Amino acid sequence: MTLNLVFFYFFSALAVVSAILMITRRNVVHSAIFLVTALLATAGIYLQLRAELLFAVQIILYVGGIMVLFLFVIMLVNLDVAVRQAAFSRQTWLAILLAAAMTGQVALAVWTGRASVTLPPVQAGALDPNTEIVGLALFRNHMLPFEIASILLLVAMIGAVVMSKKKI
Amino acid sequence: MIPTEHYLALSFILFTIGVIGVLTRRNVIIILMSIELILNAVNINLVAFSRHLGGVDGQIFAIFIITDAAAEAAVGLGIIIAFFRNRATVLADEMDLLKW
Repeated sequence: MTLNLVFFYFFSALAVVSAILMITRRNVVHSAIFLVTALLATAGIYLQLRAELLFAVQIILYVGGIMVLFLFVIMLVNLDVAVRQAAFSRQTWLAILLAAAMTGQVALAVWTGRASVTLPPVQAGALDPNTEIVGLALFRNHMLPFEIASILLLVAMIGAVVMSKKKI
Repeated sequence: MIPTEHYLALSFILFTIGVIGVLTRRNVIIILMSIELILNAVNINLVAFSRHLGGVDGQIFAIFIITDAAAEAAVGLGIIIAFFRNRATVLADEMDLLKW
């Protein structure tokens, strides 16, 4: 039980700190590395939530696939020029003000609506062989969305190839 | 057992950091990375509720969101490469072809 708490707070702190570092670093490669740390910390949160399949998917797909794609593109576009230019736009304080307003709004909504919603108690161990249960649900109940997702990936692949061709 | 509210708070903090990143940074690649962070925050929310309610649908949704994030990253980075080839910039406030 205590180990559970330690894991949760460790990974939460890691995710939040590396997310803050990601949006404040001047160098884009450093930002990408901190995003990798944040995604790995999120994978740790999934593992702590007993979602083992999502833990593996997160590491293989996000950290292994998407972030490598990001790093390739960072290498392709000109990095040296971008480092010397201003990193933040002129609307920084307005943006922070808007984020604070959004936080206040959500807090107000939670505070005023806290009595009207009652969640059932936690179902412990209901998803125990996680990969089997998720796989069965994915291939039985959600077969059509699964196939549509594969078509979406095909469209995105063609789109990416067309977009980065020199002459269409 | 950690209460589900803590996961929701973590998810909201990550979401807000992502929103601030989208609104303040000039580099389009970092804006795209902040969008990935936002999608990730949503996934934490879904998986936390999936554990709380004992249903598997939240995790299925999270898998579909990861698929979406992959598609979005591929197309977005393709657009960035095409734009960089034409205008030689990756800064968001210099992309003003549609402005009048």
